[in-house]
Amino acid sequence: MGVKSEEGAKITSSASSAGGILFSMRSLKLKTKQQELLIRVSVLCLVYLLAFSVRLFSVLRYESMIHEFDPYFNYRTTLFLTENGFYEFWNWFDYESWYPLGRIVGGTLYPGLMVTAAFIYWTLRFFRFAAHIREVCVLTAPFFAANTTIVAYFFGKEIWDSGAGLVAAALIAICPGYISRSVAGSYDNEGVAIFALLFTFFLFVKAVNTGSLAWSLASAFGYFYMVSAWGGYVFIINLIPLYVLVLLVTGRYSMRLYVAYNCMYILGMLLAMQIRFVGFQHVQSGEHMAAMGVFFLMQMFYFLGWVKHLLNDAKLFQAFLKISVTLAVGVGALALGVGTASGYISPWTGRFYSLLDPTYAKDHIPIIASVSEHQPTAWSSFMFDFHILLLLFPAGLYFCFKRLTDATIFIVMYGLTSMYFAGVMVRLILVAAPAMCLVGAIAISATVKNLASLVRTKSKSQQTSSGKGTGHAKASLKAALGQSLPFQKNVAMALLFGAFYLLSRYVIHCTWVTSEAYSSPSIVLAARGANGGRVIFDDYREAYFWLRQNTPPDAKVMSWWDYGYQITAMGNRTVIVDNNTWNNTHIATVGRAMSSYEDEAYEIMQSLDVDYVLVVFGGVTGYSSDDINKFLWMVRIGGGVFPVIREPDYLVNGEYRVDKGAAPKMLNCLMYKLCYYRFGEMTTEYGKPPGYDRARGVEIGNKDVKLEHLEEAYTTSNWIVRIYKVKPPSNRR
Amino acid sequence: MAISRVVLFLFFWNAILWTPARSDLVILKLDRKIDLTSQTVRVTSSLKIENAGPSTASKVLLAFPSHQARNIAELRSFYREGKSKVSSDQLRVELVEPQGMPPDLTFYAVQLQKDLRRGEILNLDVLAVFTHSLKPFPEQISQTEVQLVVFQDSAYYLSPYVVKVQSLGVKLPSKNVESFTKFENSKLIDSEIKYGPYENLPVFSYTPIVVHFESSSPFAVAQELLREIEISHWGNVQVTEHYKLVHGGAHNKGGFSRFDYQSRPFASESSSFRHLLARLPPRAHSVYYRDEIGNVSTSHLRGDSRKTELVIEPRYPMFGGWKTSFTIGYGLPLKDFLFQSEGRRLLNISFGCPIEDVVVDDLIVKVVLPEGSKDFYSSVPFSTKQWEEIKYSHLDIAGRPVLVLKKTNVVPEHNEPFLVYYRFNNLSLLREPLMLVSGFFLLFVAYIVFMHVDMSISKSSASYISKLQWDEVQTSLQHVLSVINRCLAVHGKLEASLRDLSRTGDVRSCKAARKAADSVFKELLKELNLALGSLQSSPQAAQIWPKVEELVAKERELQERLILKHSSVVDSYEKKHSGREIENRIAAHEQKLVALRHEVDDLIEILDELC
Repeated sequence: MGVKSEEGAKITSSASSAGGILFSMRSLKLKTKQQELLIRVSVLCLVYLLAFSVRLFSVLRYESMIHEFDPYFNYRTTLFLTENGFYEFWNWFDYESWYPLGRIVGGTLYPGLMVTAAFIYWTLRFFRFAAHIREVCVLTAPFFAANTTIVAYFFGKEIWDSGAGLVAAALIAICPGYISRSVAGSYDNEGVAIFALLFTFFLFVKAVNTGSLAWSLASAFGYFYMVSAWGGYVFIINLIPLYVLVLLVTGRYSMRLYVAYNCMYILGMLLAMQIRFVGFQHVQSGEHMAAMGVFFLMQMFYFLGWVKHLLNDAKLFQAFLKISVTLAVGVGALALGVGTASGYISPWTGRFYSLLDPTYAKDHIPIIASVSEHQPTAWSSFMFDFHILLLLFPAGLYFCFKRLTDATIFIVMYGLTSMYFAGVMVRLILVAAPAMCLVGAIAISATVKNLASLVRTKSKSQQTSSGKGTGHAKASLKAALGQSLPFQKNVAMALLFGAFYLLSRYVIHCTWVTSEAYSSPSIVLAARGANGGRVIFDDYREAYFWLRQNTPPDAKVMSWWDYGYQITAMGNRTVIVDNNTWNNTHIATVGRAMSSYEDEAYEIMQSLDVDYVLVVFGGVTGYSSDDINKFLWMVRIGGGVFPVIREPDYLVNGEYRVDKGAAPKMLNCLMYKLCYYRFGEMTTEYGKPPGYDRARGVEIGNKDVKLEHLEEAYTTSNWIVRIYKVKPPSNRR
Repeated sequence: MAISRVVLFLFFWNAILWTPARSDLVILKLDRKIDLTSQTVRVTSSLKIENAGPSTASKVLLAFPSHQARNIAELRSFYREGKSKVSSDQLRVELVEPQGMPPDLTFYAVQLQKDLRRGEILNLDVLAVFTHSLKPFPEQISQTEVQLVVFQDSAYYLSPYVVKVQSLGVKLPSKNVESFTKFENSKLIDSEIKYGPYENLPVFSYTPIVVHFESSSPFAVAQELLREIEISHWGNVQVTEHYKLVHGGAHNKGGFSRFDYQSRPFASESSSFRHLLARLPPRAHSVYYRDEIGNVSTSHLRGDSRKTELVIEPRYPMFGGWKTSFTIGYGLPLKDFLFQSEGRRLLNISFGCPIEDVVVDDLIVKVVLPEGSKDFYSSVPFSTKQWEEIKYSHLDIAGRPVLVLKKTNVVPEHNEPFLVYYRFNNLSLLREPLMLVSGFFLLFVAYIVFMHVDMSISKSSASYISKLQWDEVQTSLQHVLSVINRCLAVHGKLEASLRDLSRTGDVRSCKAARKAADSVFKELLKELNLALGSLQSSPQAAQIWPKVEELVAKERELQERLILKHSSVVDSYEKKHSGREIENRIAAHEQKLVALRHEVDDLIEILDELC
């Protein structure tokens, strides 16, 4: 007996002492709210760091360099901006591209990216950090991606709650669809534009939620930054009116919406028109008409509301409504019709059409269709770029519909429209990525929160029961369990683990994708060697540097437009066409030269003052995105302007081949000759005849290529880039 | 240290009559060797000189045709003692313009360390290094052709002194000689052409010879080399070298065929070169090799404790006339190169280009001293042009002083150490970290100030006032909570006294604890009422008031229960009840206490989140 009582006393004493310790801990501990803040801030900081550092794979794997094609132009212009100042940049006429036309650079680019990078550079310089402009450019995209996570947090907080915000920040930090365009070195407009896009949306939603002029003004400035950074601003200026329209239709019109939209539209428009590349397009072109229409509609709505308030008579108002609506629709339609007919309102551009009708480009604008990133998206790349977000998206939509507010309607619309665009064009997966992350975050946050609250009640009662071990606790446990389903807690636990498993798979997938697929600069090619080691093909830079050093400074280089930006930036030589495909005829001329016989091509090249011709050839290394594989596009684009070039001449029974069975025109056109010059003597693979093309896996058809007007000037060590010199006319040799 | 002034581009335009130089010196024997194996021409002459005149001579004149003198990169002279022993002491050689000498000749005077008296004999070695003296002929060759070069000189030694016996040997890189000037006593043996011996030649004898031969040695010429040596007192000397390199041999014509180049990978007769070898100082680290468009991935580094060798391969093989430019950089441990001497610091580092067999046309060496260095000067064993600059780098305010040394026509012989002296206070090292620290400090201070300053524009708006009121409510709520927490702390003490009682049975101390607790409770009650009063008066607190009230009530109940339990336990102990009995008596209290405690905790948690 006595022993037992002692035990009892011990138990009580230990319980109370534990209570005492707990109590003293509490007085030291931060308050729950402060704790939460601390955790939230530290998670955000970690996410910020993660978003930045995961994008550095490319620097570690390769080097701190600019990637791809367009970024080289951006880099070159940024260099010009930092060296010559803003006004020189704004008025820059570039003689080195589009010879002999030239390019008004200041008026034909979105300067946001360059100005941002230059601004960062100048700031660093001001604080005496001797950073190189290249490093700044390389790290601009990761820096902005990290900022995007913060915006995603606030956006998620605005739409749902701070938990969803945190999850959204974490998801977007490593979402492959976004990483693909924002790794270190990917110095492209999209890098800052996604930040600007999300920021504008966030500010606008905030403005709609608060009805505050300040937020609306901020969103106008966000829009201005977006316009200055990327042509994708058209998405904003169409999505927001659409959103407003939906709110009007669903009867969610409010004064907050009126203030937010009007201020944002008017100020945003005025600011956007300051960008020279946009200018009056913002009020004249078809793509921007929706925004203007909705603006007038808003005024109508407000006016009608006012009249209704004044009249205070339903019948009278009905009559007035009929008249005014007919009048307004009539005037609007008339204005649109007259504007379009008189050419004051320009019709939609090809790119915009091709977004609405995916088959449009294929039939009408081969130059848009020829770009791989303008192709419709395959299912696999959705899975590759979004992974679990693809599953979470519908779940998130469900939660959004369950709790419809102005903000959730916005994210639903953003998600659905951007998903459609992502399906039409591969590159627009990027635009969909933030929406996917936000909607997915809502799904995760809501689910996990529900599950956790279930598990939490259980664990709490468990704790109390273990602490007391008395009947009272059991009773309370029973009470808590009262309405719940059997095994609810176990199922909740299992589901929680499932969610964490999914999320960890997502993390693994993202890391893998980033390191393997999206961190290659594409200018340096890496392959696995026979002994498993990494082999680097640095042929592009080899060729460009050769051009830079060993050709006259005013030499003109003709190549397919893909390499234009790289040649001007790295080779520092004048090119005929480049990646700014603004002049289809000029590109078609180059396509024609490439697909003509040598003597015809020579005349074209003479008329264009071409000194060197550069082709990319993968037959030795098996590099498949070379000029022979792009050749049909040259024929199509050339043929689109010059009917002399006919695609069937290069095909045999509709089949594209380079071997013995190839069409005779194919075997003798300039591109074929330049790619395969002296290739017929070369043995590329053991056990195969000389002249075996490894990229296409055939023995070439014309092994005895003779050049009359050109001579081989340089071929890189793996034959990937071949440069030919155009000889002067024979009477001047 | 004596610095010889060598001004290269200097001509004799003043009309001087051709008069035989009257000199007392006679060269008894002269042996001249011309080494043409690389692109730099090295002429080694051994002279045996006798003073035949009456007066003592303090210098020996060396004569070169002006067109040759223009290409002189280095001219050195040593005493030779015995057969082959060469004294390490260099003699001073300087440019002179003696009177009465023929035009178009450039003279250098070797200053003897001790005068040569009448009848004395002196052995002298003279080394002259010429650049750009081998001319490719033909000037353009195709990729597969071999490069031929022409060299011109005189078969006789050009000298203002009478030469008794002389001979000349021309060493060629290979046996393949296109042609050479046939002359008396000239013969080709293996890869060497011998002229002489010739005897008793008068002053200024000159007979041109031409050698046309095959040379496949790399003609790597750095048209411009900028070496930047930056000292960091944190333990590193960073060397950055910017090269503008050109292949100075016969120009390539007719394009470049990769197929031909690949099909004969080890063609030794080709004048093109693929690699360059840079010999860096030992313990060089963080070596990089890049150019304007990025890293060049073709380089190899190997090294041991005595040397570091960097094999660099330009992006493309270098053919005649092709250019390239690149940058190599490396860090060196500070303690290997920086020394202290008489309160000054002393940098001792190599001057020339570390790449083997490269001729540098313009070499600029910039020594970047740490910010705050002063009284700096350099000591270079040959003549250089010098000036000062300022460089701004990380976190510099005044900028770093830069000492710039410029020298033209640099050959591997100039790869000698030079010294830079300067004064630097160690405390200046701390400036930049302190700047960073204070910058961050200011950032945080600014944030704190920002958080504590009332930034609102309209002080009378409703939202502003309600915000102020809410702040008040929060502070009083916090006060309430702190009072409650203190109450709970006292509860803990009471419980502790009960535990002590069960262990020791000391009823008196337990009662004392109770007394103390009672007084504290009384005080706390007063405080609580005060806080509650202010909370109640605020209209903003209406929402939370019920919770607060509930909390206070529960706490009071808890307090009462505890006191009840305490007194009953103490009572039982006094009456000496058994443990079992006591337990039974307080069991009901115990249950209620735990439940109440939970409710109080939950309420505190909820209210805590509000403020």
